[in-house]
Amino acid sequence: MKNENKIQYIYGIADNALILGQRLSELCGHGPSLETDIATTNMALDLLGQTRSYYQYVAQLSGEEKTEDDIAFLRTERQYKNVLLVEQPNVHFGYVITRQFLYDVFHLLLLQELQNSNDEMLSAIAKKAIKEVSYHQRFSSDWIKRLGDGTDESREKVQEAVNDLWKFTDELFHMTDDDKIAVESGIGVDVTTLKDKYHQIVKEILEEATLMVPEVKWFQKGGKQGVHSEHMGYLLADLQYMQRTYPNMKW
Amino acid sequence: MTIKLEQHIDPQLIPVLEKVHDPEIPVLSIMDMGVVRSAQYHDDVVEVKITPTYSGCPAMDVIGDDIVNAFKAINVKAKVSLVLSPAWTTDWITPKGRQALEKYGVAAPLNEEADKAALLGNKRIVKCTNCGSSNTKLVSQFGSTACKALFQCEDCLEPFDYFKCLK
Ligand SMILES: [Zn+2]
Repeated sequence: MKNENKIQYIYGIADNALILGQRLSELCGHGPSLETDIATTNMALDLLGQTRSYYQYVAQLSGEEKTEDDIAFLRTERQYKNVLLVEQPNVHFGYVITRQFLYDVFHLLLLQELQNSNDEMLSAIAKKAIKEVSYHQRFSSDWIKRLGDGTDESREKVQEAVNDLWKFTDELFHMTDDDKIAVESGIGVDVTTLKDKYHQIVKEILEEATLMVPEVKWFQKGGKQGVHSEHMGYLLADLQYMQRTYPNMKW
Repeated sequence: MTIKLEQHIDPQLIPVLEKVHDPEIPVLSIMDMGVVRSAQYHDDVVEVKITPTYSGCPAMDVIGDDIVNAFKAINVKAKVSLVLSPAWTTDWITPKGRQALEKYGVAAPLNEEADKAALLGNKRIVKCTNCGSSNTKLVSQFGSTACKALFQCEDCLEPFDYFKCLK
């Protein structure tokens, strides 16, 4: 497998962690309660930590004098390969939790397979991340149940969020050309095989939360090819501002 | 970054490594935390490999610098690198480390099953670090850092951190 394909494959995983981490970071100091504020920012920290491990590896593979910061902050919108789901905005807390839940379930299934990758580094990153993401999934599932089986208002809001975000879930199981090459060479995960399990887990928790599973037949896609929703530009402007305004700045 | 499976620490280096503490839990040395995976002389340079507790743990950069400085103080050059595998677990915290944690006011991690019961099942089993009572309740699944959760004692009302079990 060529390094360039491998790098693209890693972006397909790592960019999800970066962009979701960025979305959660936006809640720092703005969470609806102190506990949820701490929780979302701690999850952001885990995701950004995972992102660093992936990007450090990409920097090493690229053979150029690239750093993890260049990769995070200096790419253009089309070069980010995250799914549309993770870039969706923090509309309200129920929305944040639903987005998190719909991604966590997928993320954990992906990592459980990625740990068997014949790429030593990807396997090591996955094994480390599994421990963190299991906790995220517990947290978001717990909140889905509390909000769904909560007051009329909380149920209505979280059901709306589920209905709204559902159209982004199918993209999780699409394979890009780089994904296919990665699977063939034994380093990548065939995400199409995760779909049934994903729906089974999501359905179970939504039902326990007394929420309806949407029956949408139309799904949105594009993120994996770098074609993002209208929210991505604003997110990147926020994310990249410091590094673009003060090139080479360090913390 | 290389991946090393076994912990291999040159015994003569341990006293220096024990002087380096976790910046967020200063009572705990990095040896007690179990984050040092290997420490060896290669010619004149000490090469130390550490592993993060959590992927995003901001303490790791500081710990790396502190190790270099601790060896510098005895005129030895040190190089620190990060290894991810095998992933750190709270089982690597030494008995001495657990004691230090409790004394500092952070409840030490329970076993996996008890940990789940405390964090998800609202079981009152985490002991208050102030009065020892088990009549404690979970306040927040996340605490001041990613590795901790927040509890409060219902007897003496002390709020305290609990170091979550990580397996
Ligand atoms: Zn007490």
